[in-house]
Amino acid sequence: MTAILQLDDVAVRFGGVSAVDGVSVSIAAGEFIGLIGPNGAGKTTLIRLVAGIITPDQGRIVIDQKDVTRNSTAARVRKGLALTHQLVRPFREMTVLDNVALAAGYRRTSSPLRAALFVEREPEYERAAALIVRVGLTGTERRLAGSLPLGQMKRLEMARALALDPRVVLFDEPLAGLNRAEATRQIETIAAVHAQGITVVLVEHNLEEVLRSCKRLIVLNNGRVIGDGAPQSVIADAAVQEAYVGSGMNAHAVH
Amino acid sequence: MSAYDVSLLSVIGLNVMLAVSLNMISGFCGQVSLGHGAFYGAGAYAAALTMIASASVALSLFMGTIVGALLGLVVGFASLRVRSDFLAVTTIGVNFLFTGFVRKQSWLGGEMGISGIPGSGFSSAGNMVMILIFAALTIAVSFYISRSWMGFAFRAVSQDEDAAATLGINSGAYKLAAFGIGTALAGLAGGLYAFFTQFITADTFDFILSVMLMAMVVIGGIGSTAGVVVAAVALTLLPEAIRFVNDYRLLVFGGLLVLVIRIAPGGLADLARRLLMREAKA
Repeated sequence: MTAILQLDDVAVRFGGVSAVDGVSVSIAAGEFIGLIGPNGAGKTTLIRLVAGIITPDQGRIVIDQKDVTRNSTAARVRKGLALTHQLVRPFREMTVLDNVALAAGYRRTSSPLRAALFVEREPEYERAAALIVRVGLTGTERRLAGSLPLGQMKRLEMARALALDPRVVLFDEPLAGLNRAEATRQIETIAAVHAQGITVVLVEHNLEEVLRSCKRLIVLNNGRVIGDGAPQSVIADAAVQEAYVGSGMNAHAVH
Repeated sequence: MSAYDVSLLSVIGLNVMLAVSLNMISGFCGQVSLGHGAFYGAGAYAAALTMIASASVALSLFMGTIVGALLGLVVGFASLRVRSDFLAVTTIGVNFLFTGFVRKQSWLGGEMGISGIPGSGFSSAGNMVMILIFAALTIAVSFYISRSWMGFAFRAVSQDEDAAATLGINSGAYKLAAFGIGTALAGLAGGLYAFFTQFITADTFDFILSVMLMAMVVIGGIGSTAGVVVAAVALTLLPEAIRFVNDYRLLVFGGLLVLVIRIAPGGLADLARRLLMREAKA
């Protein structure tokens, strides 16, 4: 199957420390990947490398067979990549509806000249309203995004990501800070996104939810991939257990 | 209409153009610029030299616009590297560089400036009408941009450049566009000023002017075209109407600026919005 996202020997160092060290991964269209690892393993750095927020010191990042290693984040988004942040970053002074409509208008805002030619916003607002309902934010449309509680902000991030018509979505700890009910709802929405054929890469500390949802698990430790494959076999690997959560992981695996 | 009225209306038109164009950079796109006087001056000098060489009003105004925009784009590139406070300091530096450079150039008239700039062929009233037409066009462009997707993307860039990038918005391109458009209009205003006075010196375009323009934007309401227009008109008329204000212009403007930031950070536009909402509720 053709890879929608491919990393070849990607590495980045901060000062003298290797945050990501020679990672090579190929992800096929439609996969649901769980990316886990202990704190400081390099998960968020890897996501930021794929998103173009930081540039690798070596290696190659390919989206849909196009080398995007030197491309900006905005250019990668226009190639079908979407990202939700670990620390939510809505436009706080805009309404929830404006936040999502702006994402839905990504074709109109692809360049300043193009953006200057369009005033009509109705189609994007209609699409944004539908997405707001889909992620469970009904009734918040006119509220300022900055006034939402964390759980709703996370859903707003998801609505914005979906408005970009992505082919790959990188979810960076979408359940962090949520209560159990919110987390369950959030993971159900992510599963529904995957069911539509969108490739999902989920970085998450909530191992139970990751194992329940993903079909392939990648484990990072000290910036290197130490496990990659079917979740049950990966977590049963001694090296993974040693590096990651030890007996706690076994308990999840059994259940 | 007296010569004084014609002159005052011309100055109002120019200040409206300058404040509204600065608002596109600092209000819409969030790029603090305290060097708008430099782009105004660059346009004035370019238009004056072109007029002396070609005697064409249209070409002179065109050159004023282009030179203003080119200098703006150079500073715009700096905005890709530095943000917020550092950008403000950079633009202050550009303003000082501009006036310092012009003062030392004999081909730009040095300290004495350029006098005897050929007239536009219009009377003073005709020049005033030309300025007011361009001021109205500047306001129209500003309203259009704020309603367009460009204005929508500017708001995103002004709030969070990195988050805007994750929505496919190329923040750098938008910042350059804001600088390009805003400084082109400042350059055009400079060209109109050259015809208005037919005499220009570097002192006219100094840092104090840039601060006064920023005061108009902040007092009017950062990002609000209507608020900035009202503030530009009011702050141009105030020193003319009240002698004390004229004598202590900087003191009064500085005081107003502090007052607005303390009491109503959203400026006149936000005050008006709040009053209207209160009336609607009552």
